Amino acid sequence: MSTVMASAPVKERDLDAEWPEAIYDTLKAADVRHMSYVPDAGHTTLINLFTADRGATSNVLTTEEEGIAVATGAWLGGKRSVVLMQSSGVGNCINMLSLPVQTRTPLLILVTMRGEWNEFNPWQVPMGQATQASLEAIGVTVLRAETGPDLVEIVEQAATMAYDADGQIAVLIGQRLLGKKKW
Amino acid sequence: MSDETMNRREAVAKLLDTRNGALVVTGLGSPSYDVHAHGDTDDNYYLWGAMGGAALTGLGIAQAQPEKRVMVITGDGEMLMAFGALATISVAKPTNLDIIVLDNQHFGETGMQDSHTGKGINFATVAAACGFEQTREIRNLDGVDMLCKELQQPAKGPRLFVLKIKAENLPRSLPPRDATFIKNRFRAHLGFATC
Repeated sequence: MSTVMASAPVKERDLDAEWPEAIYDTLKAADVRHMSYVPDAGHTTLINLFTADRGATSNVLTTEEEGIAVATGAWLGGKRSVVLMQSSGVGNCINMLSLPVQTRTPLLILVTMRGEWNEFNPWQVPMGQATQASLEAIGVTVLRAETGPDLVEIVEQAATMAYDADGQIAVLIGQRLLGKKKW
Repeated sequence: MSDETMNRREAVAKLLDTRNGALVVTGLGSPSYDVHAHGDTDDNYYLWGAMGGAALTGLGIAQAQPEKRVMVITGDGEMLMAFGALATISVAKPTNLDIIVLDNQHFGETGMQDSHTGKGINFATVAAACGFEQTREIRNLDGVDMLCKELQQPAKGPRLFVLKIKAENLPRSLPPRDATFIKNRFRAHLGFATC
């Protein structure tokens, strides 16, 4: 049974639509007060919630690997950080991931997937297909979610694995869940 | 234009002698050796890899520890790999982050190949264009003495200083290579328990 935010003072959510709000609550409950991102349409709501949160620090990045170093620094300084990116950005991160992997620094990355489901842009396909293998090759643990309820549960336990068990965890948010990009 | 340069270890010693509680992050290679040569302390965080990560690791620490000054000491090659970090840091606008670029205009660790800074790229003007609060190129130890005094003053935003140093490979002074040891020691200094 999922135990999603038993204490959340909100009405029952449709997690297939409102997973960003639920993830935000989950991360806040896990004491995540620091976020870095390269934007992606699938992350829009979560980015907006964090950047509007005066109790959290948000950084917009020029490239995704910056977020890996910033999150490592935040942990060194005593803060829990999350990094948001699209699957295309995972490829930019590989060598920088040696920093949290080798130092065993907690890291949580939420990756919105492209190039794997109903994708119209062929240029998204190579990195989308290589995302999970790339992360695993450098030593990051990969978890995947295909439905909203699954995603919220996975993020909750991934936060425990990252911040309490010194894990480097990427949660891949399936493109099937995100839906087709609208132009 | 002057081509005067200074001894990197003497310059770094001045910065560390006046660090006054600042947390120090070092970029891989010679800057890590320079800082370690002056004394291995709990509040030093040395990078041995992750090229391009020093300034941004410093940003994360600075945001998590707003009451502490963070000083990143790195090389021109390492900072070149983090060119976009100047934009990210400028937008983040930390008031407690100082970046010191030890600029010998070469990739010293890999055979002294010329770097971009020897071919006209000036980090002080790049950082100024990005909106850093204060930036300057410094070519001698008197200038470093003046800088050390300035760094004691509170800042309104991020600062970046380029120290033009002699291109030479000094005897290596190797920090501990155990990455988790350095992490846990640094965090313990700030009062955080290990996992």
